[in-house]
Amino acid sequence: MLATDTQTAAAPHAAHGKRVKMKATEVEVYYSEKRALNKINLDVREHEVTALIGPSGCGKSTFLRTMNRMNDVIDGCRMAGKILLDQQDIYDPNIDVVQLRARVGMVFQKPNPFPKSIYDNVAYGPRIHGLVRSREETDAVVQKSLERAGLWKEVKDRLHEGGTSLSGGQQQRLCIARAIAVDPEVILMDEPCSALDPIATAKIEELIDELRTNYTIVIVTHSMQQAARVSQRTAFFHLGDLVEVGDTAQIFTNPNDERTQGYITGRFG
Amino acid sequence: MTDIVERPQGVASRGAALGVHATEEAQKRLKRRYASEWRFRAYGLTAILISITALAVLLWSIVGQGYTAFTATTMSLTVTVDPALADPGGKRAQDDLRTGDFQGIARAGLRSVFPDVKERSDLRALYTILSNGASDAIRDRVLDNPALIGQQITVRIPVASDYDMYAKGFAAKTPKGGESRLSPKQIAWFETLKADGKIHSSFNIWFLTSGDSRQPELAGVGGAIIGSLLTLAITLAIAFPLGVMAAVYLEEFAPKNRWTDLIEVNINNLAAVPSIVFGLLGLAVFLNVFGLPRSAPVVGGVVLALMSLPIIIIASRASLRAVPPSIRQAALGLGASRVQVVTHHVLPLAMPGILTGTILSMAHALGETAPLLMIGMVAFIVDIPSGATQAATVLPVQIYLWADSPERGFVEKTSAAIMVLLAFLLAMNAIAIFLRKKFERKW
Amino acid sequence: MSNEHIVSSFDEELRALHKSIMQMGGLVEAQIAQSMQAMGRRDSQLASAVVANDAQVDVLHHEIDEQVVRMLALRQPMASDLRTVVASLRIATDLERIGDYAANIAKRTLALNVSPSVKPASGVLRMGKIVQSIVNDVLDAYAERNAERADAIRARDTEVDELYTSIFRELLTYMMEDPRNITACTHVLFMSKNLERIGDHATNIAETIYYIVRGKVPDDERLKGDLSSMTAMTATGETYVADSKGN
Repeated sequence: MLATDTQTAAAPHAAHGKRVKMKATEVEVYYSEKRALNKINLDVREHEVTALIGPSGCGKSTFLRTMNRMNDVIDGCRMAGKILLDQQDIYDPNIDVVQLRARVGMVFQKPNPFPKSIYDNVAYGPRIHGLVRSREETDAVVQKSLERAGLWKEVKDRLHEGGTSLSGGQQQRLCIARAIAVDPEVILMDEPCSALDPIATAKIEELIDELRTNYTIVIVTHSMQQAARVSQRTAFFHLGDLVEVGDTAQIFTNPNDERTQGYITGRFG
Repeated sequence: MTDIVERPQGVASRGAALGVHATEEAQKRLKRRYASEWRFRAYGLTAILISITALAVLLWSIVGQGYTAFTATTMSLTVTVDPALADPGGKRAQDDLRTGDFQGIARAGLRSVFPDVKERSDLRALYTILSNGASDAIRDRVLDNPALIGQQITVRIPVASDYDMYAKGFAAKTPKGGESRLSPKQIAWFETLKADGKIHSSFNIWFLTSGDSRQPELAGVGGAIIGSLLTLAITLAIAFPLGVMAAVYLEEFAPKNRWTDLIEVNINNLAAVPSIVFGLLGLAVFLNVFGLPRSAPVVGGVVLALMSLPIIIIASRASLRAVPPSIRQAALGLGASRVQVVTHHVLPLAMPGILTGTILSMAHALGETAPLLMIGMVAFIVDIPSGATQAATVLPVQIYLWADSPERGFVEKTSAAIMVLLAFLLAMNAIAIFLRKKFERKW
Repeated sequence: MSNEHIVSSFDEELRALHKSIMQMGGLVEAQIAQSMQAMGRRDSQLASAVVANDAQVDVLHHEIDEQVVRMLALRQPMASDLRTVVASLRIATDLERIGDYAANIAKRTLALNVSPSVKPASGVLRMGKIVQSIVNDVLDAYAERNAERADAIRARDTEVDELYTSIFRELLTYMMEDPRNITACTHVLFMSKNLERIGDHATNIAETIYYIVRGKVPDDERLKGDLSSMTAMTATGETYVADSKGN
């Protein structure tokens, strides 16, 4: 019965023809002379959560970071191929990287709020991008972002306390609020729950599912259960190759590739 | 190694009843481990005790020798301001008054206290009680109020260093270990004055406010303090912005290649260059090529700035590196430009560390002598400098100068000056610790 | 890719589960064989033993249930492991049903033994042989994880279904001839129906095996040879099989 579920789950996407938000074509990344990614082709569909899984060092984080050019700052990191965001190559010289990162936000593995107040953490992005002009506008953006991140109720009475005074899970939601305050189109998440306890993780996962209606999300995770829970599509990376990509239900019940099968059943090595 | 090899046999012989960690042997092993641990701690504690003792001895000898310099022996002297001596011209002009024979007035006043002393040699011996400061004290009063001429005034004047030393109980021990410098007659006169209640012991304000002098009782560190402050201000003004900018560029922007490696190695080497070399550089470049004034705080400041620059760069880079990369990534991920990342986040977070490093390097510069010797700041300068281009001296150089002086009075001055210097260093370190504690952030 | 899990205790649990299924399969196989034997020989003692042994099948079924739930909760199996574990649950359920049918046949044997024998019982024995071999094959296919063999078994169910349809017609005829046969014939009819159901469950197991191996159910719809549910008897005594359109 599981297999039939997969097929019925897959069908509506195909039928509705979900729009491709980001498209990677033949992406290769080199660190100095070492090749980290081999010709990756991956479509990220709009309003879906795409999970990237794979063993450590498989290149999934590297790939995630190419999607908002966070690898630019790493010395000796070279990239080939194309990544399109709405038909536009993000590595085009005409694309401003600052603007790109406003459109493709990022949430990191370890909650990394700035050592400033909760309010300033969220207001920082809109301020540097000039999205807010007055105090009232800033207040509104801060409130909206915190509400979307499901943190408003918990922090509304202590907006001016330090962001680092929050618990780990709250900090991560603060980081998500900070990312969505800039109103990005795509949110990249690099193992956002790896430092959190199961309850905080569940809250983040619930949040990710809610955010899907407004944003396109790409998440790197080490937890296969998490990928299974939050994502609609799963891509399996191994040794710099994109081994398999497909609907999450299919990947987790009936993967096509031996390596995927080995990885998700815990038979690697 | 042998333990590991032998253990299985041991286990086999003893049977399965006792684990390797439950045997008597294990107890012994454990005891040995604790013993070596205890020894290690004891070594550490001993090291600390030795350093504390050394520090205590140092402080004891300095404070023991120097604390007396903070009190001065003064004498109340009633003098008649004789117009003939104070203002021979009679025009009451300030310039004329300045050249008046006020020492003569003071001597006359002293004679009136001891009318019995008539012999010329005795008078000369009596006059030795008056310091050069006596005439200055009277002159200052008269300059302030020329109407005092012809009247009787009472001034408080410092006694000469030998009498000061006698009053403080050092008379018997001259620095060179020779005879006492005062004759019994002089001591008798001094005792008479003391019995009359004319000798006082008071806080030595001159020591902190006046400049250097050949007379120990008049010499002060005021000039040196001002000189040091001016020099440090210039050092800070040059070294801090240069050092921080260099560190920020190297740490945050420069590509990591052979050139930046080379620069880094050079900066590290520069920090290890003996300070006298910087003095030679200052002499060769600032004095000889640019023709800047000798002995001036501006040159000293620049030389010390060059000296502390590598230290500030290294300290700043270390504290920039201590800012977690996650903060940079967070800001970059939000679309901040690299300059924004640095100015909004990294630099503010690194600032306490940078300031601490800077203050410590300033403290280092404050105690520096060698490079300043080369650019002439070792000169004997009486006036308190009023600008960065005037000749000045600094505290450590002053200490060096006084330590070289033969007079017994300078022994306590030297120690007292060291105490002042230490107080400054202590204050700077305290500020550094305060800044570190206040702005320390957790992430 | 190696076949061993990194966590070896997981492998042990999977092996234990496999062993339980094989054990249950063996027991069920024996139950069918003995019930058929009891019927053929009109051996009430053996039939009673079969009925009593059904409790053992149920116990094994419970054990497998627990093993599966435990593994789902503690190991979170994925992909082929997930399919194996879930399929084990289904196979155990099918086997348990088969066991029930075998026990039911034994019970009816007890009832039949007190009345005179009816002729079509020999057809039931033949049907029993086929069903036994199917169950045997299915268990072999499971042991080998052989999708082709499992797929082949599905075709053989048609044979059983057709046989059942013919027995059904035969029994109808008997009952019309002599109403005194009705009691015995009804029992025989139910026995053959039980055997047909065993065949269906064996086919389910075959499909499950195919799913374990391939991750999907076989593509083609299974041929249905059992037309009895569409069979009616006209007043003239002719049997008539309706087609799917109701004609």
